[in-house]
Amino acid sequence: MKNEALKNISIKELLLQLADDDFIHSYRGAEWLGLAPHIEEDVASASISQDTMGHAAIFYKLLEELGEGDADRLAHDRPAKERRNAIILEAANGPGYYMKDPDYDWAFAVVRNYFYTEAKAIKIQSLQSSSYEPLAEVAQKVQMELYYHLMHWKMWFVQLLGSHHADAVSRMKAAIDKTLPDFAGVFSLGQYGEEMVELGLIDGGIQKKWVEAVTPIFESVGLATTFKIGMAKGDGRNGVHTEDLEAALETLSEVYASDKAASW
Amino acid sequence: MSTVLINVDEIYMLLEDVKDPEIDTVSILDLGMVEKVTVSSQDVSVKMLPTFLGCPALPIIQKNVETAVKHHPAVKNVSVEFLRSPSWTSDRITEKGNAGLKVFGISPPPRQLKSDGSWHIDCPYCESTYVTMENIFGPTACRSILYCKSCKNPFEAMKPMIKMI
Repeated sequence: MKNEALKNISIKELLLQLADDDFIHSYRGAEWLGLAPHIEEDVASASISQDTMGHAAIFYKLLEELGEGDADRLAHDRPAKERRNAIILEAANGPGYYMKDPDYDWAFAVVRNYFYTEAKAIKIQSLQSSSYEPLAEVAQKVQMELYYHLMHWKMWFVQLLGSHHADAVSRMKAAIDKTLPDFAGVFSLGQYGEEMVELGLIDGGIQKKWVEAVTPIFESVGLATTFKIGMAKGDGRNGVHTEDLEAALETLSEVYASDKAASW
Repeated sequence: MSTVLINVDEIYMLLEDVKDPEIDTVSILDLGMVEKVTVSSQDVSVKMLPTFLGCPALPIIQKNVETAVKHHPAVKNVSVEFLRSPSWTSDRITEKGNAGLKVFGISPPPRQLKSDGSWHIDCPYCESTYVTMENIFGPTACRSILYCKSCKNPFEAMKPMIKMI
């Protein structure tokens, strides 16, 4: 492949990963609306989900500017096999459905949100000096908003694990054991990862930096720092996904699909 | 037909009337959202900065700016665009903007953060410093919820958005 073509595809792949990650992450967060443990948390997590959807939207907008089609279509009208999000981010919040008998797991939400936000912060830090200027500009803005998200989820993570409340601690540990075996999917840059790093679009070694960032937090609450991070269910960057994503896409695109030409 | 010249200052005067859709005591100019206004013959271009990327008020503001600028009799075309760069920061809010926020019961953002990233805000009603943070996140992306222990009023504050954080 010619250099220019390789560069273009690397930029688009990276933007799709960033957009699709934030999009499904925001959707899972939004499913907690009205269900969060208390009203202040409902306001906070809804606000974070709204910010995150804004981040997904600006990444889709960058793709639109590169001729990849309308941002709304990119968000709503792509089948699961074309999505690049990490598999751990699409996992359902728990048994049930948000309209009927949701039995969602708040410990899983806290663990996944904290782990993901820490990983996103590392990527966004790196993207601020990306060789792709529009992405570097967007990253500066995202970083300012992300500061508050990271503060929030870190606080929950530390408070629940440091609570010495047996039920809270055991649920948090179970959630960590559920999240880590698939969390490498968040660090993966997919099949064009090497090119992305060589082209200076983003720095590599995200997993190592993530471990460095969370280690002192784990230590502060007495957790072992042997991280068994894997991609048990596969690499979402290559279009490998689960039924959870299929179901989520069907729900979230229901209104869009009812009239694709409508102006909202 | 004589050509009426459009002065940029006249456009700024019209933008003074465009308020934040959720805080009608503060104009978008005083929020520091207008980065640049250019006039070319009968065409006006307004470059703006989004406060928060996910703010649902942005398209409403965009439309309100277009409508306001069209009030100028000589204006033919208006283009309103949100820029990616520079990033909007809360220190772009003017003194007048800060006063307008207080009228609405919202404390202006602190100008400076302490070295550990923390900040302090006074009550917009009684100026007391005896306040507690209830929730960094509030009813809109840009606001936090606080409580004044002196006058016993809940109030909101604009979240600081500063490059160092």
